Amino acid sequence: MTDLLLKIRGLKIEGRADEMWQPIINGVDLDLHKGEVLGLIGESGAGKSTIGLAGMGFTRDGVRISSGSVEFDGIDLVKASAETKRKLRGTRIAYVAQSAAASFNPAHKLIDQHTEAPVQHGVMSRGEGAADAVDLYRRLRLPNPEEIGFRYPHQVSGGQLQRAMTAMAMSCRPDLIIFDEPTTALDVTTQIEVLAAIRDIVEQFDTAAIYITHDLAVVAQMADRIKVLLQGDEVEEAETREMLSHPKEDYTKSLWAVREFKRPQKPAVDSGAVPVVSVRKVTAAYGPVKVLRNVSFDIHEGRTVAVVGESGSGKSTAARCITGLLPPLAGSIMVDGVEMPADYRKRSKDQLRQVQMIYQMADTALNPRKTIGEIIGRPVQFYMGLRGRDRRRRVEQLLDEIELPADQYFDRLPSELSGGQKQRIGIARALAAEPRFIICDEVTSALDQLVAEGILKLLARLQDELKLSYMFITHDLATVRSIADEVVVMKEGQVIEQGPKDEMFRPPHHAYTDLLLSSVPEMDPDWLTNLLAERGVDNVGDAAVDKMG
Amino acid sequence: MSVIPWILLVVLALGFAGWVFRLAGQRVTHNKPDFRDMPFGVAFGYALAAGALLGGIWLWFQPGAAFFRWAIQGVVALAIVAWLFRLLGRAVGTFGTRKLFREMPLTASFGILVILIYAVLAIFAGAIAPHGQEEVFARVNILPGGNPETGGDPAFPLGTDQIGRDLLSRLIYGAQNTVGIAFVTTCLAFLLGGTLGFLAATLQGWLDQVLSRAVDVLMAIPSLIFALLLMTIASAWAGSEKWLLTVYMIVIIAVIDSTRVFRLARAVGLNIVVMDYIEAAKLRGEGLGYLIFKEILPNAYAPLLAEFGLRFCFVFLTIASLSFLGVGIQPPLADWGTMVRDLSQFINFAAFSPLTAALPLLAAGAIALLTVAVNFVVDWMLHRTSGLKD
Repeated sequence: MTDLLLKIRGLKIEGRADEMWQPIINGVDLDLHKGEVLGLIGESGAGKSTIGLAGMGFTRDGVRISSGSVEFDGIDLVKASAETKRKLRGTRIAYVAQSAAASFNPAHKLIDQHTEAPVQHGVMSRGEGAADAVDLYRRLRLPNPEEIGFRYPHQVSGGQLQRAMTAMAMSCRPDLIIFDEPTTALDVTTQIEVLAAIRDIVEQFDTAAIYITHDLAVVAQMADRIKVLLQGDEVEEAETREMLSHPKEDYTKSLWAVREFKRPQKPAVDSGAVPVVSVRKVTAAYGPVKVLRNVSFDIHEGRTVAVVGESGSGKSTAARCITGLLPPLAGSIMVDGVEMPADYRKRSKDQLRQVQMIYQMADTALNPRKTIGEIIGRPVQFYMGLRGRDRRRRVEQLLDEIELPADQYFDRLPSELSGGQKQRIGIARALAAEPRFIICDEVTSALDQLVAEGILKLLARLQDELKLSYMFITHDLATVRSIADEVVVMKEGQVIEQGPKDEMFRPPHHAYTDLLLSSVPEMDPDWLTNLLAERGVDNVGDAAVDKMG
Repeated sequence: MSVIPWILLVVLALGFAGWVFRLAGQRVTHNKPDFRDMPFGVAFGYALAAGALLGGIWLWFQPGAAFFRWAIQGVVALAIVAWLFRLLGRAVGTFGTRKLFREMPLTASFGILVILIYAVLAIFAGAIAPHGQEEVFARVNILPGGNPETGGDPAFPLGTDQIGRDLLSRLIYGAQNTVGIAFVTTCLAFLLGGTLGFLAATLQGWLDQVLSRAVDVLMAIPSLIFALLLMTIASAWAGSEKWLLTVYMIVIIAVIDSTRVFRLARAVGLNIVVMDYIEAAKLRGEGLGYLIFKEILPNAYAPLLAEFGLRFCFVFLTIASLSFLGVGIQPPLADWGTMVRDLSQFINFAAFSPLTAALPLLAAGAIALLTVAVNFVVDWMLHRTSGLKD
């Protein structure tokens, strides 16, 4: 084909760390034709965002392009002057960032930010730009397209903001848009409407796009071709269907296989057994706003209860009620049939020890100024009264449990560990208290799929060995499928449906459960098209949720 | 003649020079990215720097610019000594200290050296100073220089003041009094403000409200005026007990400055208490002391350290200003602020005897030098602690 838009050849990029230039990208080639969508996929650290930005001739601070060429429509962006690049960016190349909330300026209205680029580049006047913005908002199916541009970023929802950002990238009708994980931070039901909107508008204007993501199912819906990256190297590249049905390399196959880890359903509990944790008709509120209404569920010994729902459904609030951080207005929390004081400050040391927590962001859950030995050693000393050599031996034992070599990790700081290792330390800290029950709050959602699978397997093994009970808060139904014994579906602070996993994943469902389940992207490249055909274009995402509410 | 056209002319000339420089650079280097993508502001900056350098050289050769020459010579000399000091640090000591010195920028070793010199002077003032700080000699107003032909005396290298006290001795004792008191005061301010600030951030609720509003009230009053007012009251209480007045001064300045520390500690603390590891510690059942000193404080070192450097300088300047105004460190004790005030008339002789006019500047310079040195060291420590473990 001759309509080559972006041609990257032998791109090598280096980043400065420890006073040295260290390679990030080791010579990647990339071709993108006009109107084509290329999916870049890989784990964190694979260099997908770096390549995406290099497609605009841009590198982050402390990063440089050491060799290779990035030709956009015949212009080599590596050698081009700052002035040339400035003229291209915004007009012919645009960028959509992962977090629209962080990328919009909170002090200006959406439409003012939208018209900035076309006015700056002299493409349109302010008035024309505003009229065009409304047109784009309509095409992206934003509600109230006439009026929504005059709101501030905090006044629209996350999915709408992401679409407004796509509209902004479209403002000068660029030839190329780089999407950097645009739906990663969104709920599944919201994700669909953004995906549908992006796919539509890219087709309408015949725009070429680079779609960066770590989610295989998403990229299967969006891209014509997929390129798999691993630590700065290309693993393989193929047409989407070809890649999904016949991956060649082992690494690609392992990525595809991740979603297949599944535990067998455990037998039902004896009807007479006392649950380890029992939430009884709990109602809770932040100030005047009620976030939990009459929530009840039981968690039995050695079982995992997955609590699923979208953001704002109250699943984390339920955890806060169990730990005692948020005393409920009504209802009670029982542990082993004994009612716990509502406020954690009134609970005894032993009661606190029974309930432990593992957090979503291991970065903020571990004190960055303490060594691993101190982090795990503190609960050992605090609850068990072990000191000195006894304490050290116990910590080493715990590190052993979480499959990290004790002698290497004992004196390290959290910043010297990878995301998965940090999450393991979080698990060890919870285990150090020798609890009966652990709350896992989205523990795998910040991790790459292979790493997340490792964590799930570890948790499953520990459960079998130590008879632990888990409350697993998640919005990822793939995780639920793999680890849960029972499922609780929550929406707007209420339990919509609950039951054993196998029943929950088998129809008939409650209408909302059905919506959640059908919104999870599947690896089939026709999935989105079929779903939209089935539900109707205007009946996905927030709209569908609203209709149900 | 008005100055404004001249300033405009100079700015325009510099702008033109910058433009020519960039153009020439582009031609000579065949459009290397450094020159090609250079914004005009940067080119202007280069022209400005070149202009300032030329101006400095011109000033150096002016006969009347003795102070300028001394200042440059002093800085260069100290920089050379600091460089030698760093070399020494790299050669001797344990593995740890040698590594420390190897990675140290020159500014930090300059700062450390100056602080060390001040510390030695302050601690061993009694042994180093040729005379006592309260000793009064018969000859008053001996000129500095120690040369009898120009009115000096070799026994008093910096001369004597209006009532016949040796100025060199008083300068050395000044280090003891001013720096020592400033250090104690700053530590007290941090103890008070830091503890209350973290307490407010951790407990929040009514305690936070009460403390924060009280601090707002204290901060609403201009600090120097407030200190003056309180010192006036304190001097009535202290009566003839001069040492008691110094204690009062320490407490008063510490309380006033602790309000700034409180604000910072609270703000930093609020950012830390929302972290999940604090929640984990709370749920573990940890007490308040553990939370504040073991979980929050280690994460607040960097901003607190930076504030300590700045605060120390402010406290130091406040003490000097109070002394200059007459309510700070009291007369028999030597103090740099008082010295600047007492010797300030000598500045009138600058045209005839630069050496004499330098006397008040010497005490002021001692204050300035320490301020700069402390900040150099704090910057370096910040850089180290904000990075990863090394």
